[in-house]
Amino acid sequence: MPESDVDASIRGARRDGIAVGLATAAYGISFGALSVASGLDVWQTCFLSLLMFTGGSQFALVGVLGAGGVAAGGSAIAAAALLGVRNVVYGMRMRPVVGDHGLAHRIAAAWLTIDESTAVALAQTNERAARVGFWVTGLAIFVGWNLTTLLGALIGDALGDTRAYGLDAAAAAAFLGLLWPRLKRVQAGATAVLAAVVATVATPVLTPGLPVLVAAVVALVVGWFDLFRRREAVR
Amino acid sequence: MTVWHVILLATAATLALKLAGHLVPASFLERERPARIADLLTVALLAALIAVQTLAVGQTLVVDARVPALVVAAALYAVRTPFIVVVAVAALVAAGIRLFV
Repeated sequence: MPESDVDASIRGARRDGIAVGLATAAYGISFGALSVASGLDVWQTCFLSLLMFTGGSQFALVGVLGAGGVAAGGSAIAAAALLGVRNVVYGMRMRPVVGDHGLAHRIAAAWLTIDESTAVALAQTNERAARVGFWVTGLAIFVGWNLTTLLGALIGDALGDTRAYGLDAAAAAAFLGLLWPRLKRVQAGATAVLAAVVATVATPVLTPGLPVLVAAVVALVVGWFDLFRRREAVR
Repeated sequence: MTVWHVILLATAATLALKLAGHLVPASFLERERPARIADLLTVALLAALIAVQTLAVGQTLVVDARVPALVVAAALYAVRTPFIVVVAVAALVAAGIRLFV
Protein backbone atom coordinates (compact mmCIF):
# COMPACT_ATOMS: atom_id res chain seq x y z
CA MET A 1 0.00 0.00 0.00
CA PRO A 2 1.46 3.45 -0.92
CA GLU A 3 2.51 5.65 2.02
CA SER A 4 -0.18 8.29 1.32
CA ASP A 5 -2.90 5.63 1.47
CA VAL A 6 -1.52 4.43 4.79
CA ASP A 7 -1.57 8.00 6.13
CA ALA A 8 -5.18 8.39 4.98
CA SER A 9 -6.18 5.12 6.58
CA ILE A 10 -4.53 6.18 9.86
CA ARG A 11 -6.48 9.44 9.81
CA GLY A 12 -9.63 7.39 9.15
CA ALA A 13 -8.86 5.10 12.08
CA ARG A 14 -8.36 8.09 14.35
CA ARG A 15 -11.68 9.56 13.20
CA ASP A 16 -13.48 6.21 13.74
CA GLY A 17 -12.01 5.92 17.20
CA ILE A 18 -13.11 9.36 18.32
CA ALA A 19 -16.61 8.95 16.84
CA VAL A 20 -17.09 5.57 18.53
CA GLY A 21 -15.63 7.02 21.72
CA LEU A 22 -18.10 9.89 21.83
CA ALA A 23 -21.06 7.61 21.10
CA THR A 24 -20.02 5.11 23.76
CA ALA A 25 -19.31 7.72 26.39
CA ALA A 26 -23.03 8.51 26.46
CA TYR A 27 -23.66 5.04 27.92
CA GLY A 28 -21.69 6.13 30.97
CA ILE A 29 -24.47 8.44 32.14
CA SER A 30 -26.91 5.54 32.35
CA PHE A 31 -24.34 3.33 34.03
CA GLY A 32 -23.59 5.97 36.67
CA ALA A 33 -27.25 6.60 37.42
CA LEU A 34 -28.16 2.90 37.52
CA SER A 35 -25.19 2.04 39.70
CA VAL A 36 -26.19 4.60 42.33
CA ALA A 37 -29.80 3.39 42.05
CA SER A 38 -28.53 -0.12 42.83
CA GLY A 39 -27.11 1.02 46.14
CA LEU A 40 -23.49 1.78 45.25
CA ASP A 41 -22.09 5.17 46.22
CA VAL A 42 -20.50 7.64 43.83
CA TRP A 43 -16.94 6.48 44.69
CA GLN A 44 -17.75 2.81 44.14
CA THR A 45 -19.42 3.66 40.85
CA CYS A 46 -16.42 5.63 39.59
CA PHE A 47 -14.03 2.93 40.84
CA LEU A 48 -15.77 0.41 38.58
CA SER A 49 -15.53 2.59 35.50
CA LEU A 50 -11.87 3.38 36.16
CA LEU A 51 -10.61 -0.11 36.96
CA MET A 52 -13.07 -2.65 35.68
CA PHE A 53 -13.72 -0.59 32.54
CA THR A 54 -15.86 -3.06 30.63
CA GLY A 55 -19.48 -1.97 30.32
CA GLY A 56 -21.28 -5.32 30.19
CA SER A 57 -19.62 -6.58 33.38
CA GLN A 58 -20.21 -3.26 35.14
CA PHE A 59 -23.92 -3.21 34.27
CA ALA A 60 -24.23 -6.88 35.31
CA LEU A 61 -22.52 -6.30 38.66
CA VAL A 62 -24.77 -3.41 39.67
CA GLY A 63 -27.83 -5.13 38.20
CA VAL A 64 -27.38 -8.26 40.33
CA LEU A 65 -26.43 -6.22 43.41
CA GLY A 66 -29.50 -4.04 42.88
CA ALA A 67 -31.78 -7.07 42.74
CA GLY A 68 -30.23 -9.21 45.46
CA GLY A 69 -28.12 -6.89 47.60
CA VAL A 70 -24.77 -7.91 49.10
CA ALA A 71 -26.25 -11.37 49.78
CA ALA A 72 -26.06 -11.91 46.00
CA GLY A 73 -22.43 -10.72 45.97
CA GLY A 74 -21.06 -14.07 44.80
CA SER A 75 -23.48 -14.18 41.89
CA ALA A 76 -22.71 -10.57 41.04
CA ILE A 77 -18.98 -11.32 40.86
CA ALA A 78 -19.60 -14.44 38.77
CA ALA A 79 -21.92 -12.60 36.37
CA ALA A 80 -19.37 -9.81 35.88
CA ALA A 81 -16.58 -12.34 35.32
CA LEU A 82 -18.59 -14.43 32.84
CA LEU A 83 -19.40 -11.30 30.85
CA GLY A 84 -15.69 -10.50 30.87
CA VAL A 85 -14.70 -13.80 29.28
CA ARG A 86 -15.08 -12.36 25.77
CA ASN A 87 -12.30 -9.90 26.59
CA VAL A 88 -9.86 -12.85 26.66
CA VAL A 89 -10.68 -13.51 23.03
CA TYR A 90 -10.39 -9.82 22.17
CA GLY A 91 -7.02 -9.69 23.95
CA MET A 92 -5.66 -12.51 21.83
CA ARG A 93 -6.84 -10.78 18.66
CA MET A 94 -5.33 -7.46 19.77
CA ARG A 95 -1.96 -8.84 20.89
CA PRO A 96 -0.40 -8.84 17.42
CA VAL A 97 -2.01 -5.44 16.73
CA VAL A 98 -0.46 -3.65 19.73
CA GLY A 99 2.87 -5.46 19.42
CA ASP A 100 5.42 -6.19 22.14
CA HIS A 101 6.74 -3.05 23.81
CA GLY A 102 7.19 -4.27 27.37
CA LEU A 103 4.95 -5.22 30.26
CA ALA A 104 3.53 -1.76 31.07
CA HIS A 105 2.51 -1.33 27.44
CA ARG A 106 0.79 -4.72 27.46
CA ILE A 107 -1.05 -3.97 30.69
CA ALA A 108 -2.27 -0.66 29.26
CA ALA A 109 -3.42 -2.46 26.12
CA ALA A 110 -5.21 -5.12 28.17
CA TRP A 111 -6.91 -2.40 30.22
CA LEU A 112 -8.30 -0.77 27.08
CA THR A 113 -9.31 -4.05 25.46
CA ILE A 114 -13.10 -3.81 25.15
CA ASP A 115 -15.77 -4.41 22.50
CA GLU A 116 -15.33 -1.05 20.80
CA SER A 117 -11.52 -0.76 20.69
CA THR A 118 -11.31 -4.30 19.29
CA ALA A 119 -14.04 -3.66 16.73
CA VAL A 120 -12.45 -0.44 15.42
CA ALA A 121 -9.01 -2.08 15.22
CA LEU A 122 -10.36 -5.11 13.33
CA ALA A 123 -12.21 -2.86 10.87
CA GLN A 124 -8.97 -1.23 9.64
CA THR A 125 -7.20 -2.25 6.44
CA ASN A 126 -3.56 -2.16 7.57
CA GLU A 127 -1.52 -2.81 10.72
CA ARG A 128 -0.64 0.77 11.58
CA ALA A 129 -4.22 1.97 11.17
CA ALA A 130 -5.41 -0.96 13.32
CA ARG A 131 -2.96 0.04 16.08
CA VAL A 132 -4.03 3.69 15.93
CA GLY A 133 -7.69 2.69 15.87
CA PHE A 134 -7.26 0.49 18.93
CA TRP A 135 -5.48 3.09 21.06
CA VAL A 136 -7.54 6.11 20.01
CA THR A 137 -10.83 4.28 20.55
CA GLY A 138 -9.73 2.83 23.88
CA LEU A 139 -8.41 6.14 25.22
CA ALA A 140 -11.35 8.21 23.93
CA ILE A 141 -13.81 5.84 25.58
CA PHE A 142 -11.76 5.65 28.79
CA VAL A 143 -11.83 9.42 29.24
CA GLY A 144 -15.45 9.86 28.14
CA TRP A 145 -16.80 6.84 30.00
CA ASN A 146 -15.28 7.92 33.31
CA LEU A 147 -16.45 11.53 33.01
CA THR A 148 -20.01 10.52 32.10
CA THR A 149 -20.06 7.84 34.82
CA LEU A 150 -19.34 10.53 37.41
CA LEU A 151 -22.00 12.77 35.89
CA GLY A 152 -24.56 9.95 35.87
CA ALA A 153 -23.74 8.96 39.44
CA LEU A 154 -24.23 12.54 40.63
CA ILE A 155 -27.55 12.75 38.76
CA GLY A 156 -28.66 9.41 40.23
CA ASP A 157 -27.64 10.60 43.69
CA ALA A 158 -29.75 13.75 43.28
CA LEU A 159 -32.80 11.85 42.00
CA GLY A 160 -33.37 9.88 45.21
CA ASP A 161 -36.26 7.37 44.96
CA THR A 162 -35.29 5.82 41.68
CA ARG A 163 -38.15 3.36 41.25
CA ALA A 164 -40.59 6.22 40.76
CA TYR A 165 -38.41 7.48 37.92
CA GLY A 166 -38.47 4.12 36.19
CA LEU A 167 -34.76 3.48 36.50
CA ASP A 168 -35.42 -0.25 36.99
CA ALA A 169 -36.97 -0.30 33.52
CA ALA A 170 -34.05 1.79 32.27
CA ALA A 171 -31.67 -0.93 33.48
CA ALA A 172 -33.54 -3.56 31.46
CA ALA A 173 -33.45 -1.26 28.43
CA ALA A 174 -29.71 -0.75 28.92
CA PHE A 175 -29.09 -4.51 28.95
CA LEU A 176 -31.20 -4.80 25.81
CA GLY A 177 -29.07 -2.11 24.18
CA LEU A 178 -25.91 -4.09 24.93
CA LEU A 179 -27.51 -7.28 23.61
CA TRP A 180 -29.15 -5.86 20.46
CA PRO A 181 -26.06 -5.62 18.18
CA ARG A 182 -25.19 -9.24 19.04
CA LEU A 183 -28.46 -10.68 17.77
CA LYS A 184 -27.66 -10.73 14.05
CA ARG A 185 -27.18 -14.48 13.97
CA VAL A 186 -29.86 -17.11 14.45
CA GLN A 187 -27.65 -18.91 16.95
CA ALA A 188 -27.30 -15.80 19.12
CA GLY A 189 -31.04 -15.10 18.96
CA ALA A 190 -31.94 -18.63 19.99
CA THR A 191 -29.41 -18.51 22.83
CA ALA A 192 -30.85 -15.21 24.06
CA VAL A 193 -34.44 -16.50 24.08
CA LEU A 194 -33.51 -19.75 25.83
CA ALA A 195 -31.37 -17.96 28.40
CA ALA A 196 -34.17 -15.50 29.19
CA VAL A 197 -36.64 -18.38 29.64
CA VAL A 198 -34.24 -20.32 31.88
CA ALA A 199 -33.56 -17.26 34.05
CA THR A 200 -37.29 -16.53 34.35
CA VAL A 201 -38.21 -20.10 35.27
CA ALA A 202 -35.35 -20.25 37.79
CA THR A 203 -36.29 -16.97 39.49
CA PRO A 204 -38.91 -18.36 41.95
CA VAL A 205 -36.75 -21.33 42.96
CA LEU A 206 -33.25 -19.83 43.27
CA THR A 207 -31.91 -16.94 45.34
CA PRO A 208 -31.53 -13.62 43.43
CA GLY A 209 -28.46 -13.60 41.22
CA LEU A 210 -28.28 -17.33 40.61
CA PRO A 211 -30.90 -17.44 37.80
CA VAL A 212 -28.59 -15.30 35.65
CA LEU A 213 -25.70 -17.71 36.21
CA VAL A 214 -27.82 -20.78 35.49
CA ALA A 215 -28.72 -19.23 32.13
CA ALA A 216 -25.02 -19.28 31.23
CA VAL A 217 -25.39 -23.05 30.84
CA VAL A 218 -27.47 -22.32 27.72
CA ALA A 219 -24.41 -20.69 26.14
CA LEU A 220 -22.23 -23.65 27.07
CA VAL A 221 -24.63 -26.17 25.55
CA VAL A 222 -25.45 -24.20 22.40
CA GLY A 223 -21.80 -23.25 21.89
CA TRP A 224 -20.39 -26.70 22.56
CA PHE A 225 -22.70 -28.53 20.16
CA ASP A 226 -22.92 -25.58 17.76
CA LEU A 227 -26.74 -25.71 17.73
CA PHE A 228 -29.11 -23.50 15.70
CA ARG A 229 -26.77 -23.00 12.76
CA ARG A 230 -28.81 -24.42 9.92
CA ARG A 231 -30.03 -21.18 8.43
CA GLU A 232 -26.56 -19.65 8.47
CA ALA A 233 -25.19 -22.64 6.56
CA VAL A 234 -27.72 -22.04 3.79
CA ARG A 235 -26.75 -18.40 3.44
CA MET B 1 -18.95 -9.52 52.41
CA THR B 2 -19.41 -5.76 51.89
CA VAL B 3 -20.17 -3.95 48.64
CA TRP B 4 -16.49 -2.98 48.44
CA HIS B 5 -15.41 -6.63 48.70
CA VAL B 6 -17.76 -7.52 45.85
CA ILE B 7 -16.43 -4.63 43.75
CA LEU B 8 -12.77 -5.48 44.40
CA LEU B 9 -13.16 -9.19 43.67
CA ALA B 10 -15.20 -8.59 40.51
CA THR B 11 -12.71 -5.98 39.29
CA ALA B 12 -9.78 -8.31 39.95
CA ALA B 13 -11.54 -11.08 38.01
CA THR B 14 -12.40 -8.96 34.98
CA LEU B 15 -8.95 -7.35 34.84
CA ALA B 16 -7.31 -10.79 35.08
CA LEU B 17 -9.41 -11.91 32.12
CA LYS B 18 -8.34 -8.89 30.08
CA LEU B 19 -4.68 -9.53 30.92
CA ALA B 20 -4.99 -13.24 30.16
CA GLY B 21 -5.74 -12.53 26.52
CA HIS B 22 -2.61 -10.40 26.17
CA LEU B 23 -0.18 -12.39 28.33
CA VAL B 24 -1.09 -16.08 28.29
CA PRO B 25 0.23 -17.91 25.21
CA ALA B 26 -2.59 -18.14 22.70
CA SER B 27 -3.80 -21.63 22.06
CA PHE B 28 -6.95 -22.89 23.74
CA LEU B 29 -9.28 -19.96 23.08
CA GLU B 30 -8.16 -19.51 19.51
CA ARG B 31 -9.99 -22.67 18.61
CA GLU B 32 -13.45 -22.20 17.19
CA ARG B 33 -15.47 -23.82 19.97
CA PRO B 34 -14.13 -21.86 22.99
CA ALA B 35 -14.35 -18.60 21.04
CA ARG B 36 -17.94 -19.37 20.12
CA ILE B 37 -18.85 -20.20 23.72
CA ALA B 38 -17.23 -16.96 24.92
CA ASP B 39 -19.37 -15.00 22.44
CA LEU B 40 -22.57 -16.82 23.38
CA LEU B 41 -21.86 -16.40 27.11
CA THR B 42 -22.20 -12.66 26.62
CA VAL B 43 -25.51 -13.10 24.81
CA ALA B 44 -26.94 -15.54 27.38
CA LEU B 45 -25.94 -13.45 30.39
CA LEU B 46 -27.35 -10.24 28.93
CA ALA B 47 -30.62 -11.95 27.95
CA ALA B 48 -30.94 -13.48 31.42
CA LEU B 49 -30.28 -10.09 33.01
CA ILE B 50 -33.01 -8.53 30.85
CA ALA B 51 -35.50 -11.22 31.91
CA VAL B 52 -34.71 -10.86 35.60
CA GLN B 53 -34.56 -7.08 35.51
CA THR B 54 -37.96 -6.95 33.75
CA LEU B 55 -39.93 -9.68 35.55
CA ALA B 56 -38.41 -10.35 38.97
CA VAL B 57 -39.06 -8.69 42.31
CA GLY B 58 -36.85 -10.70 44.63
CA GLN B 59 -37.93 -14.28 43.94
CA THR B 60 -41.39 -13.36 42.68
CA LEU B 61 -42.31 -12.92 39.03
CA VAL B 62 -44.30 -9.73 38.46
CA VAL B 63 -45.65 -8.16 35.27
CA ASP B 64 -45.67 -4.40 35.81
CA ALA B 65 -44.69 -1.12 34.15
CA ARG B 66 -41.26 -2.55 33.26
CA VAL B 67 -42.75 -4.85 30.59
CA PRO B 68 -44.30 -2.14 28.37
CA ALA B 69 -41.15 -0.06 28.90
CA LEU B 70 -39.01 -2.90 27.57
CA VAL B 71 -41.34 -3.42 24.59
CA VAL B 72 -41.00 0.27 23.73
CA ALA B 73 -37.22 0.00 24.10
CA ALA B 74 -37.08 -2.97 21.71
CA ALA B 75 -39.16 -1.08 19.15
CA LEU B 76 -36.83 1.93 19.40
CA TYR B 77 -33.66 -0.19 19.03
CA ALA B 78 -35.27 -1.81 15.98
CA VAL B 79 -35.43 1.61 14.29
CA ARG B 80 -31.82 2.38 15.33
CA THR B 81 -32.53 4.92 18.06
CA PRO B 82 -29.40 5.86 20.05
CA PHE B 83 -28.82 3.95 23.30
CA ILE B 84 -29.06 6.90 25.64
CA VAL B 85 -32.39 8.02 24.15
CA VAL B 86 -33.88 4.53 24.45
CA VAL B 87 -32.80 4.16 28.07
CA ALA B 88 -34.31 7.54 28.96
CA VAL B 89 -37.58 6.80 27.11
CA ALA B 90 -37.86 3.40 28.86
CA ALA B 91 -37.51 5.13 32.22
CA LEU B 92 -40.14 7.71 31.24
CA VAL B 93 -42.61 5.05 30.05
CA ALA B 94 -42.30 3.09 33.31
CA ALA B 95 -42.48 6.24 35.43
CA GLY B 96 -45.48 7.53 33.46
CA ILE B 97 -47.38 4.27 33.86
CA ARG B 98 -46.66 4.24 37.60
CA LEU B 99 -47.86 7.82 37.89
CA PHE B 100 -51.18 7.37 36.11
CA VAL B 101 -52.17 3.72 36.65
